Amino acid sequence: MEKSLDRDATRVWRSLGAPLTRREALRRCLFGAGGLLLLNGWGLQSFAATRPAKAKSVIQVWLWGGPCHIDTFDPKPEAGRDYCGPLDSPIETNVSGIRIGQLLPTLAKQADKFSIIRSLTHGNNGHETAAYMVQTGHNAGGRDVYPSAGAVVSLFKGYDAGYQGLIPPYIVLTEPQGRFSEAGFLGGKYKPFATGGDPGRPVFEVEGVVAAGISEQRQRERRSLLQKLNTLGKAMPGDATLKTLYASEDQAYELILGDAGKLFDLTREPADLRDRYGRNTFGQSCLMARRLVEKGVPYVTINYKGWDTHKQHFQAMNRKLPELDKGLATLLDDLAQRGLLDSTIVWVSGEFGRTPKVQWEAPWNGGRNHFGKVFSAVVAGGGFKGGQVVGASNATGEEVRERPVYPCDLLGSMYELLGIDPQAPLPHPQGQQVHVLPLASEGVKSGGRLREIM
Amino acid sequence: MRKRPRVLLFLAGWLATMVASATDATLFSAALTTTPPSRIDELVFGQLRQLKIQPAEPCSDAVFVRRVYLDVIGTLPSAVEAREFILDRRPNKRAALIDRLLERDEFADYWAMKWSDLLRVKAEFPINLWPNAAQAYHRWIRDSLRENKPYDRFARELLTASGSNFREPPVNFYRAVQSKEPPALARAVALTFMGVRADRWPSNQLAGLAAFFAQVGYKSTVEWKEEIVFNDPASTNVAVYLGPTRRARFPDGKTITLPADRDPREVFADWLITPKNPWFTRNIANRVWSWLLRRGIIHEPDDIRPDNPPGNPQLLAHLENELVAADYDLKQLFRLILNSRVYQLSSVPGDESPEAAAHFACYPLRRLEAEVLIDAINQITGSSEKYSSAIPEPFTFIPEDMRSIALPDGSITSPFLELFGRPPRDTGLESERNNRVTAAQRLHLLNSSHIQRKIEQSRLVQDHSQSRKPPREIATGLYLGILSRFPTEEELQAAEAYANSGKVRPREAVVDLAWALMNSAEFLHRH
Repeated sequence: MEKSLDRDATRVWRSLGAPLTRREALRRCLFGAGGLLLLNGWGLQSFAATRPAKAKSVIQVWLWGGPCHIDTFDPKPEAGRDYCGPLDSPIETNVSGIRIGQLLPTLAKQADKFSIIRSLTHGNNGHETAAYMVQTGHNAGGRDVYPSAGAVVSLFKGYDAGYQGLIPPYIVLTEPQGRFSEAGFLGGKYKPFATGGDPGRPVFEVEGVVAAGISEQRQRERRSLLQKLNTLGKAMPGDATLKTLYASEDQAYELILGDAGKLFDLTREPADLRDRYGRNTFGQSCLMARRLVEKGVPYVTINYKGWDTHKQHFQAMNRKLPELDKGLATLLDDLAQRGLLDSTIVWVSGEFGRTPKVQWEAPWNGGRNHFGKVFSAVVAGGGFKGGQVVGASNATGEEVRERPVYPCDLLGSMYELLGIDPQAPLPHPQGQQVHVLPLASEGVKSGGRLREIM
Repeated sequence: MRKRPRVLLFLAGWLATMVASATDATLFSAALTTTPPSRIDELVFGQLRQLKIQPAEPCSDAVFVRRVYLDVIGTLPSAVEAREFILDRRPNKRAALIDRLLERDEFADYWAMKWSDLLRVKAEFPINLWPNAAQAYHRWIRDSLRENKPYDRFARELLTASGSNFREPPVNFYRAVQSKEPPALARAVALTFMGVRADRWPSNQLAGLAAFFAQVGYKSTVEWKEEIVFNDPASTNVAVYLGPTRRARFPDGKTITLPADRDPREVFADWLITPKNPWFTRNIANRVWSWLLRRGIIHEPDDIRPDNPPGNPQLLAHLENELVAADYDLKQLFRLILNSRVYQLSSVPGDESPEAAAHFACYPLRRLEAEVLIDAINQITGSSEKYSSAIPEPFTFIPEDMRSIALPDGSITSPFLELFGRPPRDTGLESERNNRVTAAQRLHLLNSSHIQRKIEQSRLVQDHSQSRKPPREIATGLYLGILSRFPTEEELQAAEAYANSGKVRPREAVVDLAWALMNSAEFLHRH
C-alpha cells in the first residue's frame, strides 16, 4: 500500500536540510561527489558508512529529565524505604536472575530481547551538559559543539550516503529536544525533522505533511495560484536563490500530495495492536517509530518528556512507568515479530539517573534529584544481545560497583554496529580536525566498548 | 509619522488605479532615481565600469519601502506605511524615511538581535550565561544601540568591564564563551573586534594575545548564578600565560611588558581602539556593509586575513574614514550606505554573472531571517507565538506577544525559529545564521496548521471575507498588507479569476490569496 511512496520521489527529496538544487547538482558534477566538501578543505573525503553493519536503524527512546534507575532497571529492594519508597517489590523477568522494577511487568516478559547497562556514569548533574555528554560522547566545555548521535547517523547513513527515502533520515517524535543544537557544528542540514502533532490523537497531524480541512483539489488550486502570482520570480528567471526555493517547493509538494500521509496514518494499523502499544502519545510514538524504521528511516528519536521528578516522584512513576512498560515492550515484540529487531537498535536512556535516596521532606515530598554518578540504560536489537546485564551499581545504587560504562562506550558500540567508524573524521566548518567520538588522546574517560553484549 | 494625511487617503483611490496599472517591468525597477550620487556610488560604479559589468536599474519606491524597513528595523511596513510612502511625491522621501527608521525602537531591537548573535547571548549550553545574566546583557546591548553609543566606547566597555554579571552587564562578554581559558578569550576578542579567526594564527601570536587575558578572574557570590568578573593578578593563569617577564604581544607583532598596576585588558583596549589600528575600524565598517548588502567588501566579514583582500579597497577605506570622522557613530554609517544609489539598486540584475553580485551590481535577494519572517507573518495576521526556554530554574516568563526580534536570550526559542535557521549562538560566527531555504521550511509555510491557523483566524482575512468588497479591492488590501505594494493589473485579474472560478468558496478565496502572497518568493525574501 505504500510502495509508491519511495518510487516517485526518491530522487527529488534528497534532503530536508539541503535540497539538491540544479546549481548544486552542477557543482557536484564539476567537482565530483565531494565537490562541496572540497570547498571546506575536506578533499574527497566521503562520509558514507563503509564498514559492515549489523544495524540499519536506531530508535532512541529519550527519557528527557532523567528517569530513576532504581525504580526502573536497577531495583534495590534491600536498601529499604529510604531508597525505594513504595516501589520495593521488583519482579522477576523471563531471564532468570534479572529483576526489574515492579511497574514494568510487560517488559519483564521481553527481557530476553534487551540488555541492561547498570553502570553508566558521567558524573554530571546539569540537564544540558549531561544531555550533551550522553548524546554526543564528548565532554562539555570544549570550543566545539559536537553533533548528537542522530545527526552523526544522519551524516553517515542519510542522503550523503545514498539513502533514497522520501521521509527525512532523522525524525523526532514529536518535538525537538532543545537544550543544545542537536546537529552541533554539522549545521542545520543534519537537524532532525520534528513531526509536531500528537500520534495519540485520532489524526496524527504531522506538521506540514498532513493538513486537516484542505482537500487535495484545493491544494492543487492553491499551488497553481501561487505559481500564477509569482511576479518577482518572472522578473528574475535566472536567480539561483529562487531556484533553490522552487526545488524545495517541489519536494514539499511530493510530501503534501504524495503518499507520505499514509505512512503517518496510524489508523492503518490493527486496533488491537494499537491498544497493546497504549493509546497515549508515547505508545503511539513507538508504533510510529516502528513504521518509520520499516520504511528504512535510519534514526528516530522519541522525545519522551516528564522524567524530571523533583517533587512527588512516586506519583509520577505510577503514571509514567505503565506507559513506558506497554509502549516499549510492544515495540520490542512487534519489531521482533516482523524480523526488524535484528537490524534495529533500540536505545532507552535519559541524561542521568536520580538520587537513590528519596527526599521525603518538604517541598520535595518524596522527590528525587539529578544523579549523573550512576544510572541505567537499556539497549536491544541491531546486534546487541538480549537477556544480559552489563556492570553493576553498589547496594544503594549510588556508586558504580563494577565495569563503568561512559557515554562514549555506549555510543561507540552503537556506531560500530551501524558500520560507522567511531574514530572517523567529521566535517567541520572551520576545518578543525574533529572525530565522531573523542580519540584516546583527548583524555575522555572510557570503560571500553560493550563487547560482552555485541 | 504614523498620521495619515487626509489628502493622501482621498487621493489614494484613483492614484492606486494609476499605480496598479504598473507593468511587471516597472514594478521592481525605476528608470530614474532622485537619490543624489555619493562617493560610495562613484567607487562602486567606477569599478563596475572597469569590469564592464552592467549594474541593475534603481529600485522602485515600492521595493525601497519594504527593503529599508526590513533592513533597518527588521520589521515589515504596515499597509498604511507602505501606501503613504509609495504615494508621497516629495523627492527626498527616501532619505527622510531612512532618518525616521533609524530612530524607531525596533532599530534597537533588531540590531540587538544581531549583536546578541555575535556576542552569543544565550542562557543555555554551551554558553551558559544563565537567564538573569542573559537578560541583563541583552538589555545593555539594546540600550547601547538605542542611545547610539559610539562604537569605540561600546567595544571598550565590553573589553574592560569588571563586576557582577547582573549589575555590570558587559562583563558577560568574558562569560559568553565556551571556555574561559585565556587563549579562548583571545580568540573571542579577535573574532568579535578584529574580524579575525585566530585559530589560524601561529601559536606564538595567539599566546601573545592570550597574555592580555591571563588576569581575567571569575568568582561566584552567594546569589544564585551571580558571577564577578574582575582583574585578578593572583590568577593561576598568570604563571602559565604571562610568566614572570609579563611580556605580551599585540597582534601586529609589537611586544610590551605589562605594568603590574594596570589591568592588562585596558592596555589591550588602548592598542585596539584607535583609528590608527588596522583592524578595529575595518572590521566594523566591513561588517555593517555586509549586514546591509549581504556580502562584505572583505568576505566573509569575520575572516579578515592578508590572503583575503577586499574586493574594493577604496570603498572600504572610504567607509572607514567616514566612520572615524563621525566619531564611530554607527547610525551615521548606516545612513551613508542606505542613502547610496548602490544600496538602492533593484534586485533584478543587469548582469547575472557571479562577479556582478560580488561587486554589488544589484541588491542581493536574501531570505528573511527566521525571526523577521515570523514577526512579519504575525504582524499581517495579528497573531502571536509561543516561546519556551528549556531552562527550568528560574523560570523565564516570555509574553506571547513579544516579537521574535526582541527575544533577549538565544535559549528562548520556538520550533519555527529552529526550523528557519536561527543561529544557535555557539561560536559568534556570522555564518551560524542559516538563511538557506529548505524543503522542511517550505512544507511548514505551505501546509502547516501553525501557519494555516494564523491566516484563517486573521483579522485581515475575516474583515475582507465578510465585506462585500469586490475581489479587486480585497486583493489590493492584501497586497499592501503582505507585499507592501499595489498589485499589477495582471495580478488583479488572476485574483479575480480565482475568486470567481467557482472552485473555492468566497472565504476560501480570500484565505488562499493571502496564503499565496505569504508563500510567494517576493514575501519570503528581501529584494
